[in-house]
Amino acid sequence: MLSIAEQDYGTPKRDSATLVTLTIDGREVTVPAGTSVMRAAALSDVKIPKLCATEQLEAFGSCRLCLVQIEGMKGLPASCTTPVAEGMKVSTQNKQIAEVRRGVMELYISDHPLDCLTCPANGHCELQDMAGTVGLREVRYGYEGASHLAAEKDTSNPYFTFDPSKCIVCSRCVRACDEQQGTLALTIQGRGFDSKVAASQDVSFMDSECVSCGACVQACPTATLSEKSLIDKGQAEHSLITTCAYCGVGCSFRAEMQGEEVVRMVPNKDGHANHGHSCVKGRFAIGYATHPDRIVKPMIRAKISDPWREVSWQEAIGHAAAELKRVQQKYGADSIGAITSSRCSNEETYLVQKLVRAGFGNNNVDTCARVCHSPTGYGLKNTLGESAGTQNFDSVMKADVIFVIGANPTDGHPVFASQMKRRLRQGAHLIVADPRTIDLVRTPHIVAEHHLKLMPGTNVALINSLAHVIVTEGLVKEDFVRARCDIGSFEQWRAFVALESNSPEAMQAITGVPAGEVRAAARLYATGGNGAIYYGLGVTEHSQGSTMVMGIANIAMATANIGREGVGVNPLRGQNNVQGSCDMGSFPHEFPGYRHVSDDKVRHQFEAAWGVPLRSEPGLRIPNMFEAALDGDFKALYIEGEDIAQSDPNTQHVTAALSSMECIIVQDLFLNESAKFAHVFLPGSSFLEKDGTFTNAERRISRVRKVMQSKSGYADWEITQLLSNAVGFPMNYAHPSEIMDEIASLTPTFTGVSFDRIDQLGSIQWPCNDQHPEGTPTMHVGEFVRGKGRFLVTEYVPTAEKVNARFPLILTTGRILSQYNVGAQTRRTENNRWHDEDRLEIHPHDAEERGISEGDWVGIASRAGDTVLRARVTPRVQPGVVYTTFHFPESGANVITTDNSDWATNCPEYKVTAVQATRVSQPSEWQKRFREFSDTQEALLKSADTLVAK
Amino acid sequence: MSGTEQRETAHGGEAHGGEQSLVKMANDIGHFFRAEPRREDAIAGIANHISKFWSRRMREKLLAQVQSGAADLEDLPREALKSLQPK
Repeated sequence: MLSIAEQDYGTPKRDSATLVTLTIDGREVTVPAGTSVMRAAALSDVKIPKLCATEQLEAFGSCRLCLVQIEGMKGLPASCTTPVAEGMKVSTQNKQIAEVRRGVMELYISDHPLDCLTCPANGHCELQDMAGTVGLREVRYGYEGASHLAAEKDTSNPYFTFDPSKCIVCSRCVRACDEQQGTLALTIQGRGFDSKVAASQDVSFMDSECVSCGACVQACPTATLSEKSLIDKGQAEHSLITTCAYCGVGCSFRAEMQGEEVVRMVPNKDGHANHGHSCVKGRFAIGYATHPDRIVKPMIRAKISDPWREVSWQEAIGHAAAELKRVQQKYGADSIGAITSSRCSNEETYLVQKLVRAGFGNNNVDTCARVCHSPTGYGLKNTLGESAGTQNFDSVMKADVIFVIGANPTDGHPVFASQMKRRLRQGAHLIVADPRTIDLVRTPHIVAEHHLKLMPGTNVALINSLAHVIVTEGLVKEDFVRARCDIGSFEQWRAFVALESNSPEAMQAITGVPAGEVRAAARLYATGGNGAIYYGLGVTEHSQGSTMVMGIANIAMATANIGREGVGVNPLRGQNNVQGSCDMGSFPHEFPGYRHVSDDKVRHQFEAAWGVPLRSEPGLRIPNMFEAALDGDFKALYIEGEDIAQSDPNTQHVTAALSSMECIIVQDLFLNESAKFAHVFLPGSSFLEKDGTFTNAERRISRVRKVMQSKSGYADWEITQLLSNAVGFPMNYAHPSEIMDEIASLTPTFTGVSFDRIDQLGSIQWPCNDQHPEGTPTMHVGEFVRGKGRFLVTEYVPTAEKVNARFPLILTTGRILSQYNVGAQTRRTENNRWHDEDRLEIHPHDAEERGISEGDWVGIASRAGDTVLRARVTPRVQPGVVYTTFHFPESGANVITTDNSDWATNCPEYKVTAVQATRVSQPSEWQKRFREFSDTQEALLKSADTLVAK
Repeated sequence: MSGTEQRETAHGGEAHGGEQSLVKMANDIGHFFRAEPRREDAIAGIANHISKFWSRRMREKLLAQVQSGAADLEDLPREALKSLQPK
C-alpha cells in the first residue's frame, strides 16, 4: 500500500531540457520530453484510473485501465506507456473509454474477495478506489466460477503477509523487486488464469531469496501484500517525515502514525538519499524502540556489584555531576572524558564535545567513528583537503566503472546497493576487491568483471600495484594532474609506485591476486570512462587504514576520477551519523568542522562563544583512554549511545579498563554491555522520540523528527544539558534547532544550515554557505578543498599480526543485512529470524583439515583471547581465511581481535587477526565467565525493579 | 603506560592489551613517514603527527620511557621525539 500522504503520479519523473506541450481534456500542459501521458495528466490534476502503474516503477501497460483517446492515434493507447508529444490532444474520459474501464474492473472484481470492510487496505485500496472511479455497479459473471479466492495465505515473513486471494497479478510487486531492490526474488508463475505471484521457485517468502526490503509491500495496490503492523493496528491517521537511525545511507521515511504509535514506516519517495526505497531494518526493525528491555528510569549504584537503584532525574544528574567533580578533584582535570556515538544526532554529539571541552576543561572526547572511519577523515583531509566523501549517491548512476573495495553494500548499505545494482544492470562495469565472495560479485544480471580476492591485510600492496600499472602503462591523466594537483608530490608518488617492487607481479605473492587480474582491473578503472570508488571498513579497519585511504585518493587523482558526477572517492559510512559525529568535533584534536584545537584563531572563536578558556592540546582517543585507565590516570567516563564493551577490540582489555574506573555514566536505551560496568545509567531516547539532524555518507544533513514523547522524559540533548548545568557549565537551549544555529555560527561549512533551511530544501549536503547556498552534491569541482590535490607515498607495511603454526588462519569480520552492529536494536526485533547467532565461516578445505562440519562448535583462539562459535562451511571465504559477524555479545568476536590499530588514527585492525580454529564441545572459558557476569548484572537490574515495586 | 602486566577483568579473565603501546604507536607512525625521501622530512612528519594527535601526557610518558632506556623506539620516531622536547 502506498503512503497515506503521498500523491502517486503513475510513472517516473523524467528529466529533460526539452519541454513538450500537449492538451489533456482541453487543458494545456507542458512537461519534460519523455514524460508519460499519465504523469502529464496527473501533474495537471487530471486523474487517469490506473492499477499496474506507480511512479516508483517503469510503466508496464498491463491493466488496461489507463486507456485514453489520442487524436490521430488508432484505438485506445495506455497512457502509462505512451510518451507525450508536442501538440498531442488527449481525452481521458468518454463513453467508449468508460465502458472499457468498467469492463476491466468487472473482470478484476469477479475474482476478488468482497471483504472490503474488514480488509487492512480499506480506505487506501487502489482496487477499491478504481471500482468507485469507473462506477462499477455489478459483476455480471457472478462469483460461482473458478476463482483464486481460496488461495492460501503466506504468513511466513515476520513483517508482512502475502494473501494471493486478493492478488490482481498487476506485477507491481515483481517489478518492485526487480527494478527497485534488484533481488529478482519474485516472478509471475504460470499463464492465463493460472498466473500467480511466486517467491523464488514457488516457496514461501521466508524460504525464498527475498530480503524483506518491503518494496513489494509498498507497491501492492491491494492488501495482497500487507504489513502485519497495518493488519494489527489499522490505518494511520497522520504521518511525519524523519530519517532512519540505522546505516550511513540515511534513508528518509514517513512514519505513519496513530497518535503516538507507529503503524508503519514508509520510505519517502522524495527522500534524496533513498528515493522511496528501504531495507528490512529501516522499514521494519523498529520494535526495539518500544521493547520491554528499554530502561526508562535513571539509576545509580556505588559499585558494579551493587543492585541498581532507580532514582529521580535530579538525583541521577546530581550524583553523576558530583562524581565527575570528585574524580577531577582527586585525580586531576584530565582524569575524565566522554565518548559520543554515531547513533546520536549532530546536535547531541555537538553538545557532548562542548560539555567536555568547556565543562570538563579538557579535550578527552572521542566518538565511535574512531573504530570505523577515522582513517577516512585523516586520509582524505591530507590528500583532497576535506574529511568526507566526494559525491552524492545519485552520482553512481553516471559511473561507468564501479570499484568496490572492502565494502559489502548489499548487507551493510542495502538501499544504496540497490541503486548501484540498477546502474550495473544498465551496463556499468564492476570491480570488487574483497577477501570474500560478497553477494555483489555474482548477483542476478550482475557479475564482477574482476574480483580481486586479496588476503586480508594487503590492501596497500594491492593499491600500490594498481597504481604501478596506471603509472607505468601511461594511464595517468597528465593534464588533470598538472592543472589540479601538487606536482612535486605527484612526481614523488609516481617514482615510488613505479618501482618494480610495487608491480602486480611482485605484489602477487603478498596479495594473492594474480598479476593479470590487477593489470586488467587497473586498466579498466583508468580508461573505462567515469570510475567511481566505493569503500568500507575493509579499507579503514587495518593497521594501514589511513594509508589505504590515501592510496585510493592517489589513484582517483591520477586518473582524473574526481571533481565531477559519476566518479569520486566514496566512503560508505557504517552508522547513521558517522559523518555527522565527526563533523561535530567529536575527535579529541578537532573542533567542529575539522579544525585543530591548536589553531588559535579557531579556538578563540569557540572561547568567545562559550565564555571559557579552552585547551590547545589534543585529548585522549578511546584506546588511549583505556590505557590511561589501566595506568590509573583516567577514572571517569560519560558514554552516550555507544557500547565499547562489545564493539571495541580486545574485549578483555576494554573490560579491564572499565573495571578500573570509579565512575562510568552510560546514557543508552538498554543495559548494554558497557552499562554492566556503569555506576550511573541515564535512559536515552530512540530516534522516534527526539528532534535533530543526522548527516549521512553523502554529507547530507536530514531532519530527525520527534513522532512520540520520550519514554524517559528527556531527549538525549536535554540530558547532556542537565549534566552540563550540574557540573557548572551552563547550557540553556530550548530546542535542538538552537544548537544547530550555534553550530552554523561557528562552522564555516555549516553557515547556511538551519532547521528551517533543511525543511525548505528537504536535506542539505554540506558545505552549505554563501558560496554554496543549497549545499554541495559534488566536492572538489574545479579545485580541491586544499587547493592542489596532494599525492602521498604509501609504502606497504605488513601488519604486525602474523600467521604462524600456532595461529595459521586469518580472521576477518563484517556484518550482515538483518543485524546492525552490536545488535542492541536489531536483536530486539524479528530480524533474529534471519540471523540469531554469529557463525564462523570457514572454507571447506580448512574445515575438512580440522574435522569441522557445518554447524559444529568451533573454538577460535587468537593472541588476545578465545571464543566458540558454530561453523558455517562455505567457499565464500578463501582457504586460510575465516570470517564472522559481531552482532551478539556472547559470541565474543572482539575477545579475539587484538590491539593493533591504524598508525594514524588508532582505528582498530578488526579485519586481520591470526587465529586457530578447532572443533570443540563446549563454550569457551570467556563465554562462561561472560554468561555468569551478564546473569549477575541482569539480576541486579531486576532487583532495581523490585525495589521500586515495593 | 606500558600496560604490559595482565589484569583481572570483571569477566574474570586476563587483559592482554597495551603492550608497549606508546612505543608501538610511535614506531607505526615512523613506518609511514620513512617513505619520505628526505630523512628530515620524515622526522618532521612524525613529530608533527605526534604533536597534533597525542595528548601532552602521552608524549611525556613516551619521553620518560625513552629517557629511562626502557623503550624500544626506532630511530626516526626517537629523533622526532627529541625535536618535540622543550628547548
